[in-house]
Amino acid sequence: MSTRAPTDLPRLVDVGLIPALNLLTALVISGLVIWVLGEDPFEAMSLMVSGAFGYGEAISYTLYYTTNFIFTGLAVSFAYRCGLFNIGGEGQAVLGGIGILIAALLFKDLPGLLLIPLCIIFGAALGALWAAIPAWLLAKRGSHIVITTIMFNFIAAAFLSYLLVGPLRRAGAQSTESEDIVSAAQLMPLHDVFAFLGMAEGPANMAFVIALLLCLFYGVFMNRTKWGYELRVVGQNPAAARFGGISANRGIMIAMILSGAMAGLMGLNEVLGVQHRLVTNFTSGFGFVGIAVAFMGRHNPIGIILAALLFGALYQGGAEMAFEMPAITRDLVVMIQGLVILFAGALEHMYRPALNRIFANPKKIEAAR
Amino acid sequence: MYAIEALSISKRFGAVQANRDVTLQVAKGTIHGLVGENGAGKSTLMNMLYGFHAPDHGTIKVDGKEVSFKGPVEAIRKGLGMVHQHFMLVDTFTVIENIVLGFESDRRMAPTLASARDKLLKIEETYGLAVDLDALVADLPVGTLQRVEILKALYRGAETLILDEPTGVLTPQETAALFEVIKTLRGEGKTVLLITHKLGEIMGITDNVSVMRAGTITKTFKTSLTNENELAEEMVGRTIIREVNKELTEAHRRILRVDNLYAEDDTGKTRLNGVSFDVHGGEILGIAGVSGNGQSELLEIITGMRAPSGGSVIYTDLKVAKKNRAADAEKLRGNGMGHVAEDRHRFGMVGPMTAAENTILGYQGRESFYQGIFLDPGKVRAHCQSLMDDFDVRPPTPDLPLKNFSGGNQQKLVMAREMAQEPDLLIVGQPTRGVDIGAIAFIHSRLVEMRNKGRAILMVSSELEEIMTLSDRIIVLCDGRITGTGRPEDLTETDIGLMMAGRYEKEAS
Amino acid sequence: MKKSILIAAALSLMTWGSGAALATSEPVLIYDLGGKFDKSFNEAAYSGAERYRIETGNTYKDFEPTNEAQMEQALKRFARKGAPLVLAIGIAYQTPLEKVAPEFPDVHFTAVDANINLPNVQSVSFREDEGSYLVGMIAAMKSESGSIGFIGGMDIPLIRKFGAGYTQGARSVNPDIKIMENFVGATPTAWNDPIRGGELARSQFARGVDVIYSAAGPTGLGVIQAAKEAQQYAIGVDSNQNHIAPGTVLTSMVKRVDVVVYESMLAASDGTWAPGNAVRGLAEDGVDYAVDEHNAALITDEMTARVEEAKRMIIAGEITLGE
Repeated sequence: MSTRAPTDLPRLVDVGLIPALNLLTALVISGLVIWVLGEDPFEAMSLMVSGAFGYGEAISYTLYYTTNFIFTGLAVSFAYRCGLFNIGGEGQAVLGGIGILIAALLFKDLPGLLLIPLCIIFGAALGALWAAIPAWLLAKRGSHIVITTIMFNFIAAAFLSYLLVGPLRRAGAQSTESEDIVSAAQLMPLHDVFAFLGMAEGPANMAFVIALLLCLFYGVFMNRTKWGYELRVVGQNPAAARFGGISANRGIMIAMILSGAMAGLMGLNEVLGVQHRLVTNFTSGFGFVGIAVAFMGRHNPIGIILAALLFGALYQGGAEMAFEMPAITRDLVVMIQGLVILFAGALEHMYRPALNRIFANPKKIEAAR
Repeated sequence: MYAIEALSISKRFGAVQANRDVTLQVAKGTIHGLVGENGAGKSTLMNMLYGFHAPDHGTIKVDGKEVSFKGPVEAIRKGLGMVHQHFMLVDTFTVIENIVLGFESDRRMAPTLASARDKLLKIEETYGLAVDLDALVADLPVGTLQRVEILKALYRGAETLILDEPTGVLTPQETAALFEVIKTLRGEGKTVLLITHKLGEIMGITDNVSVMRAGTITKTFKTSLTNENELAEEMVGRTIIREVNKELTEAHRRILRVDNLYAEDDTGKTRLNGVSFDVHGGEILGIAGVSGNGQSELLEIITGMRAPSGGSVIYTDLKVAKKNRAADAEKLRGNGMGHVAEDRHRFGMVGPMTAAENTILGYQGRESFYQGIFLDPGKVRAHCQSLMDDFDVRPPTPDLPLKNFSGGNQQKLVMAREMAQEPDLLIVGQPTRGVDIGAIAFIHSRLVEMRNKGRAILMVSSELEEIMTLSDRIIVLCDGRITGTGRPEDLTETDIGLMMAGRYEKEAS
Repeated sequence: MKKSILIAAALSLMTWGSGAALATSEPVLIYDLGGKFDKSFNEAAYSGAERYRIETGNTYKDFEPTNEAQMEQALKRFARKGAPLVLAIGIAYQTPLEKVAPEFPDVHFTAVDANINLPNVQSVSFREDEGSYLVGMIAAMKSESGSIGFIGGMDIPLIRKFGAGYTQGARSVNPDIKIMENFVGATPTAWNDPIRGGELARSQFARGVDVIYSAAGPTGLGVIQAAKEAQQYAIGVDSNQNHIAPGTVLTSMVKRVDVVVYESMLAASDGTWAPGNAVRGLAEDGVDYAVDEHNAALITDEMTARVEEAKRMIIAGEITLGE
């Protein structure tokens, strides 16, 4: 008899109602703050929703953010399923972006069909490399992955600055940005791909489709391959991995390499999809939001897509709110996002005991007797 | 006058009614036994008495006064002490730090530890509980941890001591010593509530005994007016057969040779000191000993989880492990060695994963689970389903996380996983730890059945009764050395007990 | 009851749908990633806009982006809404403006720090090196130890320009002067890290530096604080920071972003706004060194004379700046 309370909530409650309640709580508190600031909370919230989904371009921006969050969310999940807390998504994304840009500049004479895959390979490889070093340090030296990955974020940022001030700097430019990539390397915007659907113009591009494919890859890898299985065993119970003849170090390396590759590919969206060049700070903290996305999505591929969409909507809708309402600054938008993370992530179990009582089904108990 | 009373208490976890209208009254100054199968609700009841959980209904009284504990600390202040079956210790703290944790007598650590040390040394001396107070808990074997827990409860000045399966890891001599302690406590007016599944202990020491089944107490006896069979039947609610059918088998070829094996544990302490033996087909070799005397390291080396620091292991004709070189666990499984780990929770299973996924642990590379390069969940589930049917695992639901099964059913599934591969050699550690009576008989009969088919079994168990019943030959380990060997028919429990303590050697083979 | 809810829902849906089409007639000010209240560059733009609002009674809108993508988004969005003038503050708008401005030929854009040649863009940049040259001279003249310091935010070309002018100005006074140079960091947080700014300043003071010029936005506040504690001098940047610590802030290299914003908004409202590419240096009052009641006691007449002479020579082209 274990002392843990079993949580036999209906699945729909578990994956639907609880996140919805958490989200609602976050929004109610945000609404109160907005009200205190003298704005109409209902108008603010409707601006947020319409700003995220209300018109074509808004949807495109929402999907653009969503794309970034899927990449970084997957990065966190790949590592977390192996029991590793990779908070270096930011730095790995930076390296990935550098790799993508270098490939795009280096092979600029190749046709897009060759050039873009090369960019993907370079971006994934550099992101993976940036995650593999902390992984190797953990496997060989026992260095704590949280510490090393966060340190590597700083190194990556410094390296990017160096490149953009030095070797990769756009000729004659005062700002820290690289040369533009050739048009063959640019990812097609979704409004061109889906022109027949009448999709409005916006930044969303084929990187979104790539991100969705990677979610599929993630699901298949984790649940349908030997490596994925081994990696999960290492994550859940390293001692059992030893028992099962599974090398924990190999699991760590594989998980972190895949994790870093996912983060690195975020550069596809930014560099090949939207900016068409490399700028400092193009990661803008998306790597950190990936942590919230992964945990809110419960490390499940569909969950990650939905959580990424939620954060994409918060980003875009939040910008819209700031556009329209003078009293709402970007800091308030960050606070709303923070509240969502707090309630959906950190206080995930707040409503669980109450729901347990409500949904405990007496008939089921009788049947079990 | 009752020291502690639970009156009509009920507790539900989600859909599970763990306790239903339980009434238990423990008279002051008595030793009260509580028996019941795994999952009967004993732990839940204890956790409520100890303040871990609040009951949904009913009242708890201590010394006749109604109490409602907000947590264990309040229970401890009321004079309750508890020794859990699963230890409540902080791995990275030393023994003494664990003991004073939450009960520091001073804001500063040094005076706290100094005063605790004096008190603890006295308790250690009084009760014969030798423990190195400065050892790191993570480095200690299971047996010692148990002693730390008992020490902790005594240190905190328990008036009523709740012991949850306290003797699982003790030698008969140590058990006897512990029981002397318990009797002394009773003599001084203290109260002991003893939870165990060993009916012999109940009969030997308790004044009263309550039987728990399906979440409620079905009957309370005066110990002198009942017997083991009556208690066993009351526990399972049916008559059970506790016999094993061992056929005589002929000597088979040698399957495993352990040659002059030396090993150190993770802290560098020598755990094996030149151990040699053979295991043949058609026999069960039982290794007896108090936990922490080298058994764990021995099993880990044989199964490829650890490298020896000297000597070698030869499996069939292959030298699989030699000095500083561990065997390859996955390869061993491929060559027909099954392994039921000693510590199921730690090694043998991955609790949060489903039962189905657990049934391929160690066999995750087997082609039969794959469709091309992809793991086929359908095949894995079907495999699990057949194991569940074969070993009567309940509930027979492959998609449920394994941690949600009872201990006995977990062990059956783990056992099934290894046996299903028809191994030539099965390494079994603690085959029935935390397993209820019904399942014990079942597991024993499956082990013997395997042996009867001519396969080899190496079994480590701290249950002497189990060793005596199943083994064809017995080896006793103490302090990393073989301190005795023999056939069960030539040895008494007392002999083995003395060998386990390293105080007696008898060559009876 | 039910019906009214339905109507309300329908109405709110309609407003959502048209959310993007609401028109605006106010000028719009878009800051860079540093944010509105950075006590220096962006805040200067803000104070220019406030001056416009107070003096004319007209209103304006402003927006702080949180990432690169929002820069382009904000430009487009306000342009589409028909804003008469969109002001983009910071060099980071160079590329987004080059892309967005041609799409909205009827909208006027004013870009500060960027350099764009388009018929509907007025871009204004500054000769920070000229202003830095003058404060470099003041630093060198004030220094008793013969060793002065420079603390830059991020190591980017723009900030190097500050440093280069400062160095040249200091050397014109004392060719043997020692100049210590530090950068705060490699990420945009470098602009917003007064703690680290203070640490760098303390370490420079410890090595004999007695005047530090910081071109690092709010990070410079830490430098000023450290200078005050060490009883040494600091030189402010972008806005006039003399008042922050009178007696400690030797002078400030002011960059009149506020003037640009104010003038541009005013011009747009009275119809005199014109595109073009302007660079404002000492001659155009775009940059200067600040003397007011807070630091007047620190600047001797001799110093003023030499600096004014150099200022004249720069304006006259008798001193040329650059590497």
